[in-house]
Amino acid sequence: MDKKGLSVMQPVLVAKKLSKKYGKVVALDSADLELYPGEVLGVIGDNGAGKSTLIKVLCGAVIPDSGEILLDGKNVTFTSPIEARKLGIETVYQNLALSPALSITDNMFLGREIRQKGFMGSFLKFLDKKAMADEARKRLSDLGLLTIQNINQLVETLSGGQRQGVAVARATSFGTKVVIMDEPTAALGVKESRRVLELIGEVRSRGIPIILISHNMPHVFEVADRIHIHRLGTRLCVIDPKKHEMSDAVAYMTGAKQPPQN
Amino acid sequence: MSKVSDDISKDLKDQPKFTTDIGEKDQDHHSFDLGEQTTLKKIQHFLHGNPTIVPVIILILSVIAFGFIAGGKFFSAFNLSLIVQQVTIVGILAAAQTLIILTAGIDLSVAAMMVLASVFMGKLSVEMGVPTLPAIAVGFISGIATGAFNGLLVTRLRLPPFIVTLGTWNIFFALVIFFTGSQSIRSSDIEVNAPLLHFWGERINLGGFVFTYGAFLMIGIFVFLWFLLNKTAWGRHVYAIGDDKEAAELSGIRTDRMLVSIYAVAGLVVAIGAWVSIGRVGSVSPTSFYEGNLDSITAVVIGGTSLFGGRGTIIGSLFGALIVGVFSSGLSIAGLDVLWQRFALGCLIIVAVGIDQWIRKVSA
Repeated sequence: MDKKGLSVMQPVLVAKKLSKKYGKVVALDSADLELYPGEVLGVIGDNGAGKSTLIKVLCGAVIPDSGEILLDGKNVTFTSPIEARKLGIETVYQNLALSPALSITDNMFLGREIRQKGFMGSFLKFLDKKAMADEARKRLSDLGLLTIQNINQLVETLSGGQRQGVAVARATSFGTKVVIMDEPTAALGVKESRRVLELIGEVRSRGIPIILISHNMPHVFEVADRIHIHRLGTRLCVIDPKKHEMSDAVAYMTGAKQPPQN
Repeated sequence: MSKVSDDISKDLKDQPKFTTDIGEKDQDHHSFDLGEQTTLKKIQHFLHGNPTIVPVIILILSVIAFGFIAGGKFFSAFNLSLIVQQVTIVGILAAAQTLIILTAGIDLSVAAMMVLASVFMGKLSVEMGVPTLPAIAVGFISGIATGAFNGLLVTRLRLPPFIVTLGTWNIFFALVIFFTGSQSIRSSDIEVNAPLLHFWGERINLGGFVFTYGAFLMIGIFVFLWFLLNKTAWGRHVYAIGDDKEAAELSGIRTDRMLVSIYAVAGLVVAIGAWVSIGRVGSVSPTSFYEGNLDSITAVVIGGTSLFGGRGTIIGSLFGALIVGVFSSGLSIAGLDVLWQRFALGCLIIVAVGIDQWIRKVSA
């Protein structure tokens, strides 16, 4: 995606001048961020650069002191991840936030279960387990994940990559506008990481833009369309991974080299 | 449409398969490699997936064992139905306790809550001339309120349930003494003024088996809670909170509100138990059921519910209560001293928790 294309397109998510202080520590200093439709935006930064605060503000876990967030051009505020999610900002947390002792289906519909139709559902509040299982199976197979044999298998019996798959399937299924993925490959082995990167491509191909936070440079450079480099609480620059080397990115991140002017 | 599905099936074919693509190291979960497991491991996995099996096996084995030890007297219809009658109250308390323990909590105050509710029912209807049904309703409200009070303390003050309910146990017990002045309400007075309070103690004879209505109510409570826990979102959320509270919160469950509602439902179940207990005991005694708290926890634990939350079944607690009943009945018919009944029960608790720990290692 070239720069001219981006400039005519309206960003899905815009953060403007976000600031957050913890006592005297400035975690975010007037930080900006734009996410365009259908792209994977990598977010990298040194430890303590404020990228996790930035992400927590975007997913609703931290309330900024000042600044604004625009979703589809409209100003939005939220005070919890639940409210952010209602607006269509889904987050796949590093720890995945799955309940290991519940089944895949239960997990995918946790907090937004489907009830049976008619009296059984409206009065007795019975769940429509079949509809949920069918839907869960469909969503997993849409993401190319339906080698999981039994949709009612407990999540704790799945491998790390499969769990990631379930968490991603959950995040991309409910009228989602933006998916934030926090260190999705940090806990995984080589093969499973590869599978998750493919999964990210799969989500992008379905038109859902992704913000990808990762410490793993090769992974970010492989899947990101643009890379947002965060330094000293604000956005230092946005680079095109095809035009920059990984070593450049690290140099910008750590302040060893001046970023390109754009 | 067909093009899309073709694409998907083509995609599926081209996808590296999870089952084949994962390295050997990651393959130690049960759906993929049952063939390579030892028998012990298979048992462990089976029990992990079916936690109610253990109490069922223990119940069957103990019934058979006591049949041999204690002889025909144990197997008499009268004795077997007596066991069911005897476990009714502890069973109902265990049902309430299961809800709390599934959330990784514990409730040391259930028996005190129950006695308090029964005091309201008895005091109002027998001594203050309130019609029986409104008096029972006040007892129910007392149960819901005391349960919700526990829940509010747990969620608002962020105190461990153990400490909260240790405190409220004493508070509720003190309230019982305050309201009754340590005086029991006599069975004969209840019979004259509010016979409805004795309703669940009435017996029916089914071919030699004598059941109280209360025993059927207990079964009904278990069946109802089973549906609630397994067929409704509320029930799934109980498990999710006990399993991983933070994950539940991030999934959009309002965990604090849920917890208060769980404690309140447990309180209502306890209050139903209060009504049944009046029928069972006859009188309302402020010092009765002093061991009910621990007995209910015993039944839940023996029933295979994990004290760490998120794992277990409500029906398991019913079996747990029955196991305790079978042990006490069998050992006393066999002529053993009460102290050995307690000894055996103690061993049973430790074995049950040991098995739970072993089964849980599957997921570690």
